[in-house]
Amino acid sequence: MTVATLDFVPTELARGRGGGGPAPTRIVVAYGFWIFLLSDFVLFSALFAAYAVLSGNTAGGPTGAELFNLRSVFIETMCLLFSSYTCGLGALSAERRQPGRFLVFNALTLLLGAAFLIIESTEFAGMVSKGAGPSRSAFLSGFFTLVGTHGVHVTSGLIFLVYMMAQVVAKGLRAHVLHRLLCFSLFWHALDIIWVGVFTLVYLMGAR
Amino acid sequence: MDSDDRVFHDRTPGVEEYEPTASYLSYTAGLGLAILATIASFVVAQTNLLWPPGVPIGLIVLAFAQIGVHLVFFLHLGSGPESTNNIIALAFGLLIVFLVIAGSIWIIANLNWNMMDMPR
Repeated sequence: MTVATLDFVPTELARGRGGGGPAPTRIVVAYGFWIFLLSDFVLFSALFAAYAVLSGNTAGGPTGAELFNLRSVFIETMCLLFSSYTCGLGALSAERRQPGRFLVFNALTLLLGAAFLIIESTEFAGMVSKGAGPSRSAFLSGFFTLVGTHGVHVTSGLIFLVYMMAQVVAKGLRAHVLHRLLCFSLFWHALDIIWVGVFTLVYLMGAR
Repeated sequence: MDSDDRVFHDRTPGVEEYEPTASYLSYTAGLGLAILATIASFVVAQTNLLWPPGVPIGLIVLAFAQIGVHLVFFLHLGSGPESTNNIIALAFGLLIVFLVIAGSIWIIANLNWNMMDMPR
């Protein structure tokens, strides 16, 4: 088969905008997952709105300024940020077909994510033992719902990550494994974006 | 002919070779910028570096800056044609997020205003 038998000459490679044929699977998969992530952002926007509305209603209970320890929040933030970084480096290693480096970088992601969860659950347990549990006031209900939902997302992200590492070990870096890995990276980076909103609105503004 | 072979290569539509889309440098630059924005947020919140009534606005600006850094350097949302659909979807998502948050705060603030100074 020669070029002359084709009656059209694509002027560009497929980019998902009609020209050059169908979009590459990588772009279609990422777009679909992106839509899911945006729906997750909408879910969080409802929780952020609830927290913003209720944050002043402490019902005579402890306020954010009395409860929050900004030093541990800063450590949590750095854990998530660096885990996003190692997750990105892991994704690069996967694209370059380096499974060893992929596993090392994502073991770090796993450790940093687990450290974040341990600090957060210690903080929650300390608040509950001080009588500042979710049932104490509307402020604390909103706080535990918003920050807890983010924590649940981080937990499911870690489960997702363990599952992906197992797939890379068992199947290698095949095309469909790479597509799932792309979804995991998007999910993990999106969690970090939500956390920027959480530490700004809840902790930094609440501790003032 | 090499480049033509690549374009007309006989294969299933949509299946492509993986080409690295980013570099270590871009992730590292993103990490550096995000750390700067985070530290700036914590400093602004805990000191009087900014005029105190302006601190919440400063924090919101820093948060948006950091979210922008994450979108560009970690999620690779760029100006390329393959990002166009994602950016349109993001714009719609941001519209909904803005409506939910700003609308709730507005409505409840209005309710609180009407509840004030009720005769007991």
